[in-house]
Amino acid sequence: MNAAPLAEQIGLRHQSAGNRRNMPYPVLEVRGVTKHFPGVVANRNIDLDLFPGEILAVLGENGAGKSTLMNIICGLHPPTSGSIRVGGRRLECRSPRDAIAAGIAMVHQHFQLVSSMTVLENIVLGAETTRRGILDPATDERGVDELCRRFGGQLDINPQAVIDDLPMAMRLRVEIVKALYRGARILILDEPTAVLTPQETGSLFQLLRGLRNQGTAIIFITHKLREVLDVADRIAVLRQGEVVGHTRPGATTEQAMATMMVGRAPSLTVPKVPGVPGPPMLQVDNLTVHRNDGTTAVDRISFEVHQGEILGLAGGQDNGQTELIGALTGLRPVSSGTVRLNGHDTTHASARRIGREGGTGHIPEDRHTHGMVEGFSVAQNLVLNLCNRPPFTRWGLLRLEAIRAHARRKAAAFDIRATSLEQPLGSLSAGNQQKLVVAREMRDGLPLLIASQPTRGVDVGSVEFIHHQIVQQRNAGQAVLLASYDLDEILALADRIAVMFKGRLIGLSPAAQVDRNRLGLLMAGIPA
Amino acid sequence: MAVVTQSTARFAAGLSLLLLAGAFLVEYAPFADIQPIRMLFGENVLNFALRAAVPLILGALGGILCERSGIVNIGIEGMMLAGAFAAFVAKNATNHWALGPSLLLGTCATLLTGAAMGLLHALFCLRFGMDQIISGASLILLSMGISATFFDENTVAVGKLAPWPVPLLSAWPVIGPLLFHKPPITYVALLAVAVVGFALAHTRWGLRTRAIGEHPRAADTAGVAVLRLQYLNTTLGGALAGLGGGYLVLEAVGQFQEGMIAGRGFIALAAVIFGNWHPVGALGASLLFGYAQAVHNELLLAQAPFLPRHFVSMIPYVVTVIAVAGLAGRVRAPGSLGQPYLRETEA
Ligand SMILES: Nc1ncnc2c1ncn2[C@@H]1O[C@H](COP(=O)(O)OP(=O)(O)OP(=O)(O)O)[C@@H](O)[C@H]1O
Ligand SMILES: [Mg+2]
Repeated sequence: MNAAPLAEQIGLRHQSAGNRRNMPYPVLEVRGVTKHFPGVVANRNIDLDLFPGEILAVLGENGAGKSTLMNIICGLHPPTSGSIRVGGRRLECRSPRDAIAAGIAMVHQHFQLVSSMTVLENIVLGAETTRRGILDPATDERGVDELCRRFGGQLDINPQAVIDDLPMAMRLRVEIVKALYRGARILILDEPTAVLTPQETGSLFQLLRGLRNQGTAIIFITHKLREVLDVADRIAVLRQGEVVGHTRPGATTEQAMATMMVGRAPSLTVPKVPGVPGPPMLQVDNLTVHRNDGTTAVDRISFEVHQGEILGLAGGQDNGQTELIGALTGLRPVSSGTVRLNGHDTTHASARRIGREGGTGHIPEDRHTHGMVEGFSVAQNLVLNLCNRPPFTRWGLLRLEAIRAHARRKAAAFDIRATSLEQPLGSLSAGNQQKLVVAREMRDGLPLLIASQPTRGVDVGSVEFIHHQIVQQRNAGQAVLLASYDLDEILALADRIAVMFKGRLIGLSPAAQVDRNRLGLLMAGIPA
Repeated sequence: MAVVTQSTARFAAGLSLLLLAGAFLVEYAPFADIQPIRMLFGENVLNFALRAAVPLILGALGGILCERSGIVNIGIEGMMLAGAFAAFVAKNATNHWALGPSLLLGTCATLLTGAAMGLLHALFCLRFGMDQIISGASLILLSMGISATFFDENTVAVGKLAPWPVPLLSAWPVIGPLLFHKPPITYVALLAVAVVGFALAHTRWGLRTRAIGEHPRAADTAGVAVLRLQYLNTTLGGALAGLGGGYLVLEAVGQFQEGMIAGRGFIALAAVIFGNWHPVGALGASLLFGYAQAVHNELLLAQAPFLPRHFVSMIPYVVTVIAVAGLAGRVRAPGSLGQPYLRETEA
């Protein structure tokens, strides 16, 4: 399918505007969309066109209004004013159902999968085949298989797997199949690469290019500027709810895009002086940890993190990092081996003992399950693990004034954008939620920081800031264990780097001896 | 989840088989005349167990429909009471009719009233954003108030549903009289378990219902009309629970008394939980609770000298408490149970 027949197929009206004559007509037109939330204008009079067979990257700082705009397009939120046209027809979009019928599908920033159900059930939900009123999973499965085969291996999934058991990259795949299964002509991806390793991102891009070449129009949101240059055909930039510019990959640079987004020029590299490692702070010896299903996730691992050192932990998903960090922070039982924190045995210590008394900051991989309470306010979330000690409590009562002051300080320092400190955390933009968790866990004077994907979903300016903070804390003598799927992050920050592969730790060496290539090989399990 | 569901289903099947096997023993084995065995497995006690279980089964199914859609229902008791009272009023108003049409009208009244209670619950929770626990409690108070106000103790309804023996099957030994020589609502309850269980697993409605109870937002973004389905299921659930109350008037007792539901709605709720929100599991739980009630009855009748009366009276409740407490942590409620779904207040 190329663009023109697609345009006919979906009944585009003929427009005779001179210079548009030989161009395809936009398959999606956003006109004057404004969206108010209590206390904030998330989108202000937005105009945006999307053409068949193109990948449009939408950029913007945390809270710029990207997700809000996409939620409006896919029918989840009604706009305060403005309209959306699909194939020239005004979309009276009252629910996602209407948007799906118009060929719009969206992969949400926070995946929308029912975790207790199977892959197949999730894919067909809302578009099930039935025979005499009874579900026909065999036919559905054939349909899904056929769809996946058309993409030659890039979309391989196991339809019978339960979502709960799948790593993030696989869940993303399920979301994409779900979108394609509904025959999406307009595919919206809200920060899909935040949870992917570079290899996985590469294969996602291959898939997106294939779809584009078949005429699908794609909107792609990311904070990783390198990816934008790699995959986008066109770029639109949002700032504070407004479209502030358009550009093309050939005509711009990472620096220029960052400037457009933020309105100033952030530095994209972290100045880093070599650290002065002290005595070991975290000592892990022969540690073995099991997954919930009993398989071995972490297999007899030993390493140390010293004071004043950042140990980078790279590796593809589902190689045991999550379980390792779970065990180190007391969230998951240790099967054998020992963990020593500052000389004390904390192998079987509770999360509370490790976190509060041991003084470990923990930025969890999945903030939704371990890092925040959505319905609590910004201020409350900032003292979740501090609220039972001075200065936030006295005589067993919370001291609201101290809590508010603390929140004001943290929000200013970490640039957490909220309309008020009493706003429920769930209504902040994704990146701002992440910044809040980081702000809470990065406290001065803690001996150890365990950070997993600390800059997940965070915009370039804030990445820069968080990286600076991590380096500063290291310089002040903190030991840092940094796990990330983002190789650039590891390479930029770590003093020593190790790779987790199938539960083993391989290639532990000083950062100076490691480059992207070698890391890539190690992550594929090839020791250099 | 799957594992626990299976284990509750296994429990239901195991308990039923055990009771039937006991019944055969009593019928055929040489030691059938031993008093305790007859007391535990005789036709009397088993018939009573099923009679006691039917309202629990229907109430629990009503609860399941509602809660699998994500809406807490502690108001089963109220729905049952409303159903019972409506059955009585309709039956009583048509005492002069032939018995059949009068009972049919009673059944319709009980279904419709139950449905109305379900719809009211949905409106309170979904439209007016009332807390789901409070809404449930208000249903109980509402039906208690209405039935107490309008119930006239001097009126007497005439007649009740008689057994409809199933041809051929009812002639089977032991099983026939136990299962196939029953009044119609008993059949309806047992069939409803199968139908709801099958539909939840194998129909479009079931898949979507499971999805909205677990993660309504995911279902919404996949194009499922979440609210509509919640209204539908809560209303259907109300009708089933109402029938559970109507059963007491139309089939078991033939009369209405104030406070006649006597906590059965709450025991049905316990059955929902014990059955892990699955119809077959709830059937097993209802049978267990019904059986405990029946054994308690037999012991009281027999005036067993070895057990003080008050301890005997505790049996059904102790069984309920042990059953539900013993399962704590092993059952899993629908993921979004009790959290109203609003499109806009999440990031
Ligand atoms: N449900 C809501 N209630 C109130 N305010 C909201 C809600 N959702 C979003 N907002 C506000 O709207 C603004 C835009 O948020 P949005 O999620 O669209 O940002 P974003 O560009 O996607 O950011 P990020 O890169 O962090 O994902 C933010 O100020 C946010 O606080
Ligand atoms: Mg967003």
